[in-house]
Amino acid sequence: MVLILGYLYPKGGKMYKIVVLVKQVPDTHNITANAMKEDGTVNRAALPAIFNPEDLNALESALEIKERYGAEVTAITMGPPTATEVLRECLYRGADKVILLTDRRFAGADTLATSYVISEAIKRLGKVDIVFAGRQAIDGDTAQVGPQTAEKLNIPQIGYMLELKSLKKDVIEVKRAIEEGVEVVKCKLPVLITVTEQTNTPRYPSAKRVALYKKAMTKSELLAKSDNRVSYLNPSGLSEEFLRSKGLLIEEWSLDDIKADPSMCGFAGSPTKVYKIDSVVLEAKETKEYEPNFESVSNLIHKLIEKHIIG
Amino acid sequence: MSREVWVFVEHNSEKILDVSKELLSEGRRLADTLKSELCGVILGDDNKKFYKDIFSFKTDKIYSIQHKELKDFRVLPYTTNIVNSAKKFNPYIILFGATLTGRELAPRVASKLRCGLTADCTELKIGDYTQPGNPPKVYKDLLLQIRPAFGGNIIATIVNPEMHPQMATVRPGVMKMNEPVKFEGKVVDIEPVIDDNDLVLTIIEKVKQEKRVNLTGASIIVAGGMGVGSKENFKLIEDLAKVLGGEVGASRAAVDAGWIHKDHQVGQTGVTVRPKLYIACGISGSVQHLAGMIESKQIIAINKDPNADIMKVAHYKIVGDLTKVIPMMIKAYKEKV
Repeated sequence: MVLILGYLYPKGGKMYKIVVLVKQVPDTHNITANAMKEDGTVNRAALPAIFNPEDLNALESALEIKERYGAEVTAITMGPPTATEVLRECLYRGADKVILLTDRRFAGADTLATSYVISEAIKRLGKVDIVFAGRQAIDGDTAQVGPQTAEKLNIPQIGYMLELKSLKKDVIEVKRAIEEGVEVVKCKLPVLITVTEQTNTPRYPSAKRVALYKKAMTKSELLAKSDNRVSYLNPSGLSEEFLRSKGLLIEEWSLDDIKADPSMCGFAGSPTKVYKIDSVVLEAKETKEYEPNFESVSNLIHKLIEKHIIG
Repeated sequence: MSREVWVFVEHNSEKILDVSKELLSEGRRLADTLKSELCGVILGDDNKKFYKDIFSFKTDKIYSIQHKELKDFRVLPYTTNIVNSAKKFNPYIILFGATLTGRELAPRVASKLRCGLTADCTELKIGDYTQPGNPPKVYKDLLLQIRPAFGGNIIATIVNPEMHPQMATVRPGVMKMNEPVKFEGKVVDIEPVIDDNDLVLTIIEKVKQEKRVNLTGASIIVAGGMGVGSKENFKLIEDLAKVLGGEVGASRAAVDAGWIHKDHQVGQTGVTVRPKLYIACGISGSVQHLAGMIESKQIIAINKDPNADIMKVAHYKIVGDLTKVIPMMIKAYKEKV
């Protein structure tokens, strides 16, 4: 199926529709010894969950366009209900709308199944001009979901944006990194753009928006708050209608909501399978120890010179 | 059934990138194991000049796709043409260099072909895989795609049992390049497919920039990690490298901390190096870092923590404060030479 993303230009200028892909990730950059289990595998639960760093840069790029040209920014994440936290972070920084894609049948997805679900969700949003994604997430470092989502949407992609040069009607000009330098490209919208930590400096949450959106929640979070009673009213006076009327209800879409094909989602839709996971066993080498004093260090240097390793 | 091993041959219009030569060398080993053919796939506007080079890695076949619109890499027309060729000839495996180009192109091709892709493999092997179930299903001679995962804290072996081709990307410097030999295979020209919809992106300007540092070619590397402590202290690493005539390397943590540019990063997501001497200062030795430097001929580790993993792989270790030890090394070296 070929998706055609149409264009309607409101009179007197264009309101761009931008989608930002974000992900909550375990903080793999700061793994401490107590996050490792006895058998050498990683204890995910012991790692703090954070906003994937380069997705903050992607959000920043979207917000910059919103400020410069006018845009509606929608942030999407696929993950467990706890991933709602990164969506609130998006609201704190300036996103207009956020959507959580959550369903048990999405679990165990590799990049292909993930990009399928994300692209199906984006298709439900109607016309979209630009999709921004962080280049890669720090838990897998694959950098595949961006390009694969673009392919599934049948739109072009621009990788590794360094600078947005201009945006005129439906043509964007971008400076980007390439293997042996930089290039400036011009592309017709819609397009997916991947953003790196070099692209910009993400803004901090605005205090005003934090005060406003800290109460934003999904329906599941609301129900959990009211002791799982199916009553829409709860003791704190929050109701689904109330949250919706204040723009505080975070949308939650399941597999059925996006009309996805279950055989292409999650573990079932993932062509790659994990054959095995090995903890890392370091083969001890014969290590010579030198004391941290000048005489000892000098002996080591002398030895390296003798062996023609340095000098 | 043909079980061709394909390597996407990346070039910059003048020469073939080293990573493609490394992959042709690795592809040769895989094809030999499978008793099948190694094929290079090249796209461009004038491919002939590269044939000799591609064949010199004992490449049995070159699939050549030529068109003026394919002169420079653009992800849409490149994807269309690789997908078109793959559908025609059903390769068993396709390997891409994990360069900026390969990391944009391979996922798009995999998505279009609806097959699996494993990024940044550090080892590739052919082996059998038994899928659990009742009854279990055995797949013979799959590509075992081995990569550190989860920030480099574990090593995962990934397979694509059903949906072929099996695709993987590999970082520059990871696979060993064979010595080129005199060899001639066969060239298969594939008719290019140029679709107007693939030409919505145009390149306005291209500026070549040399990388700041040539780590893969360095014989001495002095690298700093989180234990260096600050940007000011990182200057010590640079000083020692300068005195020894080496290059400066860094762990991901030091790059993330903003002490040094990403071009200096050694490790699975950075550069893989094999220098004569690697001096690791304040680097704890995550798997992701070790993957990029473990084959160094001599390793010196300087760290406050005697139990750091880097100490286990080092030939020489100094347990101590690097801000004291490095100046001693500089002084000692200057006195000796």
